[in-house]
Amino acid sequence: MIEFKLPSLGADMDEAMLVAWLVAPGDIVERGQVIAEVETDKGIIEIECWEEGYVDELLLEPSPTKLSVGTPIALLRSIDDSAPARRAGAHDGAIIDAADPVEATDETEAIGTDGEDEALAAPRISPPIRHLAHELGVDISRLEPTGDRGEITRDDVRSASVPMSAPNERPRATPRARQVAMERGIDLLAVTPSRRDGLIVEEDLPAASEKPADATVELPINERDRGQAMRGAIARSMERSKREIPHYYLGTQIDLAAMMSWIEEANDDRSLTKRILPAALLLRAVALALREVPDFNGHWIDGAFRPSQDIHLGVAVSLRTGGLVAPAIVNADRLDLDEMMVSLTDLVARARSGRLRSSEMSDATITVTSLGDRGVDIVFPIIVPPQVAMVGFGRIAQRPVVVDESVVVHTVVDASLTADHRVTDGHRGGLFLLAIDRLLQEPDKL
Amino acid sequence: MTTDEAKEIIFDVLSNIAPEVSPDEVEHDVDLSEQLDLDSMDYLNWLIGISEVTGVEIPQRDASHFLTIDGAASYLLR
Amino acid sequence: MTVTQPQSATVTMTYREAVREGIRDAVAGDDRVFLMGEDVGRYGGCYAVSKGLFDEFGEERIRDTPLSESGFVGAGIGAALGGMRPIVEVMTVNFSLLALDQIVNTAALYLHMSGGQFNVPIVIRMVTGAGRQLGAQHSHSLEAWFAHVPGLKVVAPATIEDARWMLATALEDPDPVIIFEHAALYGTSGEMPADSGPVDIDTARIRRSGDDVSIITHGGSLHKALTAAEELAASGISAEVLDLRSLRPLDSEAIIRTVSRTHRLVIVDEGWKSVGLSAEVLARVVEDAMWELDAPVKRVCSVEVPIPYARHMEEEALPQVHDIVVAALEILDR
Repeated sequence: MIEFKLPSLGADMDEAMLVAWLVAPGDIVERGQVIAEVETDKGIIEIECWEEGYVDELLLEPSPTKLSVGTPIALLRSIDDSAPARRAGAHDGAIIDAADPVEATDETEAIGTDGEDEALAAPRISPPIRHLAHELGVDISRLEPTGDRGEITRDDVRSASVPMSAPNERPRATPRARQVAMERGIDLLAVTPSRRDGLIVEEDLPAASEKPADATVELPINERDRGQAMRGAIARSMERSKREIPHYYLGTQIDLAAMMSWIEEANDDRSLTKRILPAALLLRAVALALREVPDFNGHWIDGAFRPSQDIHLGVAVSLRTGGLVAPAIVNADRLDLDEMMVSLTDLVARARSGRLRSSEMSDATITVTSLGDRGVDIVFPIIVPPQVAMVGFGRIAQRPVVVDESVVVHTVVDASLTADHRVTDGHRGGLFLLAIDRLLQEPDKL
Repeated sequence: MTTDEAKEIIFDVLSNIAPEVSPDEVEHDVDLSEQLDLDSMDYLNWLIGISEVTGVEIPQRDASHFLTIDGAASYLLR
Repeated sequence: MTVTQPQSATVTMTYREAVREGIRDAVAGDDRVFLMGEDVGRYGGCYAVSKGLFDEFGEERIRDTPLSESGFVGAGIGAALGGMRPIVEVMTVNFSLLALDQIVNTAALYLHMSGGQFNVPIVIRMVTGAGRQLGAQHSHSLEAWFAHVPGLKVVAPATIEDARWMLATALEDPDPVIIFEHAALYGTSGEMPADSGPVDIDTARIRRSGDDVSIITHGGSLHKALTAAEELAASGISAEVLDLRSLRPLDSEAIIRTVSRTHRLVIVDEGWKSVGLSAEVLARVVEDAMWELDAPVKRVCSVEVPIPYARHMEEEALPQVHDIVVAALEILDR
C-alpha cells in the first residue's frame, strides 16, 4: 500500500486546503495524472501523482482545514500488489497444523512488523544513504524511491549521481527535522537551532515558526484576502532569500535587432494563434544558455549546490489582482519555439486563473522575469530559494547604439543576472549572460 | 455590424483578460496597454479572442489598428 | 490510575485483593483450575494474595508445594499437559531462575517440538521488582529475559483492573503465560469499573494523553510515570503515558502511535538498561518510527549495579519520579 501525501507546493508554500478529488476509490492512476485540487495562498493548484496504481482509499474529504505538506491524503495500491507481504522466517521453523491457531506464530508475527504499512511513508532515506547522496551531490528530493518499504536505496542514489565539488559540513538535526526540511526544501545549514546542544528540531524550521500560533484559521476565500495571503507568502519567500542567499548582480545590454526582425518576418505568415512573442525567444535563449553554463541551473540544499539534469524555467507571471507566481515550464530546453509559445500561453492563462499544478510550483530550476514592453529599463531580481539564480529582462526599447563607428537606433534590452555567490562568481555569470546574448543573435536557431 | 455591437464584442473579450475592469472606466481613444496595464501576452490573447468571435483575421501588419477601443472597432467595421 | 468509564459505578480494592478475586473466580468457575506454589495454601501466600482461599477451596485446589521451583514448575507443566489449568505461583522472579529450564526449555518449547501436538496451558504468576530492602538476590526485574523467548506470553498488570482480569484471559490461553506482579503494588489501592470483565493480554493502553512527550513503561513503574506526568504538567509540559501491559508480544502499533503523536520519548523500566526491555522498545521506535523522532530518546532504568540492600541506596538505584521528570525536561531542552 502506498501512502499518497500532499506534495511540496513550492519552496515556501507548506499548507493547502483540499478542494476536490478528481479520482475515486477503484480508479486506476497513471504517473503524472492530476488526482486532486488544492487551494493555497497562490490559488488553486492541481496535484499530480507520480505513482502508478489503484486508488485504494481517499483518506480526507475536501474541507476548509489547512493541511500541511506531507499529510497523507490517499492510499494507493500498486498494480501488482495484493496484500501486505508476510515477513519470511516469521514462522520460526515450527511445523504447524493449519487448523490449529498457533500461538507461537501469532506472537512472532505480532512482534514482527504488521504495523509497518501504517507506520511507514515514502520517500524515506537512511542516514548512511543520505550521506552518500550528500557526498555524490545527488538531490534527494528528485529521486524515485525503489526500496521495498518506499525508501530511497543506494542504487537510486548512485544512478542519479553527478560529479560535484567538495561537500560541506553536515548539520545536526533530528530525523523528523530532516524529513520535514527535505519535504519543504529547507536548507538545514541556514536554520538556527533553538536547543542549547545545537540540535535542530522541527520547530526550528522556518516555515513552521512562521505559522500563526492558531493554526486552525481557515483559508481566506475572497479575492482581497487571497491577495493578502499571497503577499504574505511572497514576503516570507523574499525574506528568506535575502537572509540566506548572498546575491550578486550583473547586467548587459543585448541588441535585439536580429531577433525582432526575425519575429516580424515569422509572424507575417502566421495566424494569430500561432504568433510568437519576444518572450518565447528570450526564454529559449536562457534555456539553451543553461546547457552551456549549467552552474545556474539547480538548487541549494543542505549546504551544497545540486545541479539539475533538467531545465525547468520558472516564469514570473504577475497577477492582475496583485501578486506574483513563478510556475515552471518543464524541460524548456527541449521545446521548440512553437511548443514554447504554447506552453507559455497556457501557463500564463492558468497562473492568472489560479489553476497551476503542484509540479509546476515546485520544479523550477531557475526563474526568468521579464518586465515586458512597458516596464522600466532594467530589473534586479531576488532569487527564489532554493534556486541559485534569476534572469531578468527589462523593457524592450529603442536606444542609440554604435554600429561600425556610427550611432544608430536599435531595439535593445537590458538583460540582468542575479546569482548566488555561494555557487558562482561574476566571471561565470558573465559567461552565462554572454551566452544568452550570442544565442539571441541567431534567432532562427532558437 | 454597428459600432456599438463591435465595441460590445471588444469589451466582452477584454473582460476575459482583465476581469476587474469595468467598461465605463475605459477611455475609447487612449492606448489600451497603458490604461489597463496589458502586457504583450494579454494583448495577443485579446486579438485572438476578437478574431475568434468575429471570424476576422488580423494580420500582423494591421496590429497597429488595435491600440485603442475606437481603432479596434473601426477595423472590425470594415 | 485512570478510570475508563467515569460515569458508571466503580469499585475500590487493593491490588492484592484484585489478584485474589481473580484467582477465586478462576478456581470456582473451572474444575481444571488450581493454584500451586510455596506457602500459597495454609500460610495464605507470602504476600497474602491467597489468604482465605485454602479454607474456601481445600487442599486439592490450593496446593502447597515443596521448596523446589524446578520440581513444582515441572509438575505444573505436567498437570497442564494432562488437561488441567494450573496457576503456578513462583514466589518471586528471583526464584524462577531455578526453574528456567522448565519454563524456557519445556513449557515454551513443547508445542513447537511436538509439531503442534502438545499445548502447555500453564499460567505462572511471579512477583518482580524491588523497593522493599530485600537485598540483591531478591530484587531482580527480569521480565525481559522471559519476554525474549518465543513460545511464552508475558504480561505485567499495573492497574487494579488488569490485576483482576488478566488472569482469566491468561487461563483461557492454550499456551504458557507469565504474569508479573510488582511487589510494591500489592498494598496499593485503586478503582475499576464495577462492570469490568476479562481484558486482553496483548495490547498496551494510554493511561494519560499528552502531546509533548511520551513516557512508555510497565508494571511497578507506571504510577511513577503518572506522578512524573503530573509534575511535568505543572511546568506546562503535556506528557502521554503508555502502559505496555503486554511485554511479549509488545504492542508495536501503540508504541509507534504515541511516538508519532509527541515525537519525543522517555522509556521507564526497573530492569537494567543494558540488553533489556527498554532497548527493545527503543529499537522498534528506530525501526518503524525513525522519522517521527524530534529529540534524542532517554531511558530511565535501574543503575547498573546489583540492587542494594540499604534503603537509601536502593532508592538511588531504582528509577524514581524525579529521574523521569529530569529525563523529560532534558529532551525538551528545558
